[in-house]
Amino acid sequence: MKTKPQRSKLWLTLIPLYAITILFVLFPIIYMVVLSFMSRAKVWGIELDVTINNYKKILEPLYLNTFVESFKLAVISTLLVALIGYPFGYFMAKLSAKWKKRMMLLIMLPFWTSALIRLYGWIIVFRSNGTLDKILMGLHITDKPLKLLYSYPAVAVGMIYALLPFMILAVYSSAEKMDWSLVEAATDLGASRFTAFRTVTLKLTMPGLLSGIVLTFVPSMGLFFIADLLGGNKIVLVGSVIQEQLTKGRNLPFAAALSVVLMVLTTLIISIYRKVTHAEDVEGLI
Amino acid sequence: MNDIILELKDISKSFDDHKVLNGISIQVKQGEFVTLLGSSGCGKTTTLRIIAGLESPDAGTIYLHGEDITKLDPNKRDVNTIFQSYALFPHMNVEANIGYGLKIRKVKKEEIKTRVKKVLELVQLEGFEKRMPSELSGGQKQRVAIARAIINNPKLLLLDEPLGALDLQLRRQMQLELKRLQKKLGITFIYITHDQEEAINMSSRIVVMKDGQFQQIGTPDEIYYHPKTSYVAKFVGDANILRGTVVGKDGDVLKISVGEVTINLLHKDHCYNVNDTVLLAVRREHIEIPGGRMSLQAEIIEKSFAGGMLRMVFRLSDGQEIVASRQGINYHLEVGDTTTIGFSEACVVIVEDEENRGGKDEN
Repeated sequence: MKTKPQRSKLWLTLIPLYAITILFVLFPIIYMVVLSFMSRAKVWGIELDVTINNYKKILEPLYLNTFVESFKLAVISTLLVALIGYPFGYFMAKLSAKWKKRMMLLIMLPFWTSALIRLYGWIIVFRSNGTLDKILMGLHITDKPLKLLYSYPAVAVGMIYALLPFMILAVYSSAEKMDWSLVEAATDLGASRFTAFRTVTLKLTMPGLLSGIVLTFVPSMGLFFIADLLGGNKIVLVGSVIQEQLTKGRNLPFAAALSVVLMVLTTLIISIYRKVTHAEDVEGLI
Repeated sequence: MNDIILELKDISKSFDDHKVLNGISIQVKQGEFVTLLGSSGCGKTTTLRIIAGLESPDAGTIYLHGEDITKLDPNKRDVNTIFQSYALFPHMNVEANIGYGLKIRKVKKEEIKTRVKKVLELVQLEGFEKRMPSELSGGQKQRVAIARAIINNPKLLLLDEPLGALDLQLRRQMQLELKRLQKKLGITFIYITHDQEEAINMSSRIVVMKDGQFQQIGTPDEIYYHPKTSYVAKFVGDANILRGTVVGKDGDVLKISVGEVTINLLHKDHCYNVNDTVLLAVRREHIEIPGGRMSLQAEIIEKSFAGGMLRMVFRLSDGQEIVASRQGINYHLEVGDTTTIGFSEACVVIVEDEENRGGKDEN
């Protein structure tokens, strides 16, 4: 008799959580979706004129191409991040407790400064006669500036730099949970080191790798400022288009439509991840 | 005919300046059930890992069927291990787990299937092929781990406290089953445990280890009735160790004074001289209360019920303590009472001091 009223009141404690979620997550999304079906006013703002023209516009080659370009860059960055981040996270999990802590600190350190400021650092490195050019020319590897800034490789490096920690932490968190006696058991049963890695370690760290891929791929579709700062206007990503439509073009409904499509695409990727791994949450996020 | 399957020769191993194994040697014959017995940290697991190839010794040689395998990788050794934690692959079902070794050796799928079925029958887990390890109980996991090892027909099976995680009843049952399996398959077992009952029940030979050295190697009978060192007597037989002094020698007979009495013991090794200190092992159940022909003044200082026996601790007049045990829970003596205790000379074994023993080969 006593526990019942207590239990029925328990949901009250969840009110703040629901309120915040509804106010700051659900409302903005609904607002954005509704906005994407409006039309742009002649001078400023929107008109309550329901239309699907915004979505039709996305199918124009110009915009469709930015989606394709964004997707390509995201795939390339994610692949490279996985190739660098997986071994890094794997070997980090094998370090002693003391070195694990130190490595963790080193990985977290960049997050203490603004991402934008760190990108300006890359500009100094990549620009004509910048740090990299000076080093390469000083070592007589090249004889003239490489003009790396505002190129595709510069953008890719910026992406990898920004997203690598997420991959490392995701792989690390699953490699950390690895029972290494399983690898011993595999070699004991006749597997070579490589076979043991392929059949046991890789399989058991796959959730970490996949969540790292999601954590890299999803943001890399939208990290417009990296492409803007390091790629100049040569590489236009969906994120850049949205930002441009919002600030310069003042076409809020079209920006909203682009955002909705981007969101649907990324949600699709996460749901594929869940299908593949049967995971409830993306590893490394919690 | 050479039927020595495994030989360890002067194996030593250190971890960070800490000497874990200190020159151990043993020969194991085909079909033996050898148990490494010792408390945790004595180096028994390291010994096993060195045989398996998961650890390499700092010094010494390992021979398998007369062939030097010291430098061989674990996957090249015809040896399989059953790990303490079972180490079943969590992402594979029972069939894939058991068939793993065969698959690595590129055995045909159909053959793997039939052999897995056969070995599952052997460990009494028919029809469990498709279960995942997470769906198994501790005892079932244990059986799968055994099946996964024996399906490869290893020359040598290493078992690292395989029953440690099971409850007492299941443990007893698995002891019998393992023994049955070992006889049936004829595989040589090297078994690790810290439980002396388990060692005595299962082994054909027991190796008692302490501080990275072999204290004694012998059959359960030898270990139990003729302990070589005070450690073996204490660890295996739960014996009391009494300090005595040699006061006289008459042929093979040593006259030894313990407390206020003198006893005569037959001892063939003439390694003791008059005035030497000797250690005498007497088992708890052989302590007589009150003492008969020999009797020592004793005060009872502790009384408790443990392991189905009443345990009483006595202090002798020279300060040494002796533990005696009796059936039941009641005894007419209370803490603080004084009485006399004794033991018959036939129940006394002269043992060496555990600290003085090097890693001498007993064979």
